[in-house]
Amino acid sequence: MHVHRFERLWLVAALAMIVLFIGTVTYGAVGAGYGMVDDTGGQVDPTDATASENFREPGVYNGSEPGHYDVYIEAKQFLFVPGTSDPVRVPANSTVTFHVTSTDVVHGFEVVGTNINTMAVPGQVATVTVEFDEPDEYGLVCNEYCGSGHHTMAGSLHVVPAAQFNQTEVN
Amino acid sequence: MAHPHKSEQPQAYESDTAQLSDRLAFVDKFPSAARITRLSMGVSFTALTIGALLGIVQALHRTNVFRGVISSADYYSVLTGHGVLLALFFTIFFLTGIFTWGTSRSLGRELPSPRFSLVWFLLMLSGAVMTATAIFGGLVGQIPFSADVLYTFYAPLQAHPLFYAGLAAWLVGTWLAGADWIRAYYHWRQDNPGERIPLQMFMILTTMLMWYIATLGVAVEVVFFLLPLSLGLIESVDPLLTRTLFWFFGHPVVYFWLMPAYFAWYTVLPKLSGGRLFSDPLARVVFILFLILSTPVGFHHQYADPGVPEGFKFIAMTNTMFLLLPSFLTAFTVVASMEYGARQRGGTGYLGWLKALPWGNPAFAGCALAGIMFAAGGFSGIINAGMNINSLIHNTLWVPGHFHLTVGTASALTMMAISYWLYPQITGKRLQFYGIAQVQPYVWFIGMGLMSNAMHRAGLAGVPRRTAEPQYQQFDFMPVLGSMLEMRLQIAIGGSLLTLGAVMFVLVMAGTWLAERGRGRLRVDSHLPEPISGPSDSPRVLDNVRLWFVIAVVLVVIAYGFPIYSMVADGALNPAAPPFPV
Repeated sequence: MHVHRFERLWLVAALAMIVLFIGTVTYGAVGAGYGMVDDTGGQVDPTDATASENFREPGVYNGSEPGHYDVYIEAKQFLFVPGTSDPVRVPANSTVTFHVTSTDVVHGFEVVGTNINTMAVPGQVATVTVEFDEPDEYGLVCNEYCGSGHHTMAGSLHVVPAAQFNQTEVN
Repeated sequence: MAHPHKSEQPQAYESDTAQLSDRLAFVDKFPSAARITRLSMGVSFTALTIGALLGIVQALHRTNVFRGVISSADYYSVLTGHGVLLALFFTIFFLTGIFTWGTSRSLGRELPSPRFSLVWFLLMLSGAVMTATAIFGGLVGQIPFSADVLYTFYAPLQAHPLFYAGLAAWLVGTWLAGADWIRAYYHWRQDNPGERIPLQMFMILTTMLMWYIATLGVAVEVVFFLLPLSLGLIESVDPLLTRTLFWFFGHPVVYFWLMPAYFAWYTVLPKLSGGRLFSDPLARVVFILFLILSTPVGFHHQYADPGVPEGFKFIAMTNTMFLLLPSFLTAFTVVASMEYGARQRGGTGYLGWLKALPWGNPAFAGCALAGIMFAAGGFSGIINAGMNINSLIHNTLWVPGHFHLTVGTASALTMMAISYWLYPQITGKRLQFYGIAQVQPYVWFIGMGLMSNAMHRAGLAGVPRRTAEPQYQQFDFMPVLGSMLEMRLQIAIGGSLLTLGAVMFVLVMAGTWLAERGRGRLRVDSHLPEPISGPSDSPRVLDNVRLWFVIAVVLVVIAYGFPIYSMVADGALNPAAPPFPV
């Protein structure tokens, strides 16, 4: 079978590029330590998420070591709890793990302008760990259609200076 | 400008068939196959018309240019209609049309039974009508139907049973259509033992085998979970399992939209350019790669899903990246074939040959412009496929920006362009409003250029997709490039041009449909020249479709076996999520 010389070159170049792309993702996972959302968050009962040890009352908790926080967020039509009626507050210079689940339909949990972006699937807990260096204010938005009021489902996340963060805000 | 390629066609392949086909159109040789093709295209273009009108309503509503047509709550019924009518019914009825034509043309025979062909067509049509009825019921208060579940119908959001029953009937119709073409192939094989499979038939076979594997996921999802849930036979479903079954089907369906375009680019576009296909064997390799790699990639739509182990996302990512290969090969072959055609027409120079191409022929111009857009869509798709960088744009407006370049242009514009060439052959009527047809691909190209670039950039700023009002009180989006206002306007203007483009296309088709038969020459030449490098110098194993099918199944088992097993092991309905709305 005759393959033109240019076509062979093109084929080799395309394969090299594909290998390069896979390499960058592998480097992101192994070298830069980018963790995907996966099955480590465990499962819960969609109708009673807090009954499982994989999920707690929504709110901010102290983490396993100083400077680490766990934030439990419940997504439901058409609210983030916490986030929508009160902003989620965490201190700057902290490592925060978000634990997100839904208690009705599929939602999205996106911190606008960042790569914090996960699905909230009933029965599953999504965990995303991030570092916040600077104080800032971010929007939260549901980016998966969840019903007729979907466009109203939003909230905010405030990363406050450590001095302004009060331990009484922690559950 | 009407048909420059006619007079300039080089002597080398000005064969007897070419002259004969000027007088004898496909419809005269194969009236029954032509009828099924016409019927399929009629439904396809009807779905396109409705879907395009819904599209402009959305474009103006979302961007807050005009919100007088629907309420924001009804936006989602409109969005469901736009997605289902265009992504499933416009594209796939076109596919059944062009594949019926391709089977008959490449085998040189009618389909085995006109009655059986009509059965699958009517089954598909009634399914489509049921599903559309359920969706549009959501817009009418007095009708107790609704299906505001969007094109992906993620459980536990629930639609009226009619929506799922319609989808199931339509799906079975596509299976029977495939059986019809495969049966025609077996009849041909009995009469032609030892011959290479004609290229178009080969493409149809591999595409349909891919479809049989892929639709298994959505068939199980609809028949065993969603339809019983909507009928109240079961009380809950596992949302992760049903999502996974959807995406088992949801990525390969992308190739089911694209394969008719590839089919046209490989077998018709080279001829429209004035030349012939560069390599038949590589075209076969490309379709084999699609058969093998299309399905074990679905988890790349679930990169952001909890409950799926990272390793299986990685496997899907690797397969997805290798799926770039057939598209890169296609880019080479198609461009090389076009260049060959242009040089046959007297084109010279490194890039000067581009000027020699028939840009005034709407069939050629549409295919070529669709190909250019597909290159851009391919690159934004590489970003989507990159497992980590995907987090920046997952479920943002970037994603519809991407797929309006792929299915919305590579597939849709090619389908429209090929219709300008094919429709006269299956009706025996000369194409009407030729001037409108000549402009139409450019209107689409410019409209999509405006809309899609703005959608990509808005997505980078974090603007979500699938929402009636992407304007929030709690925060402002910070665009990296451009301003939010400018992007909104580009989306509104681009969306309006696209709707105009669709209306122009439908006008040409309706005008041709209503025209009288036999007046004037058809203005198309149906002869397809032989490739430069034919099938005879390629290994016969390429035609061993059974072998490729088995490999495809093995890869699917590797990619999906364990994850689906672990989702089902704790009970297929656990974790148990009850439906909404109840």
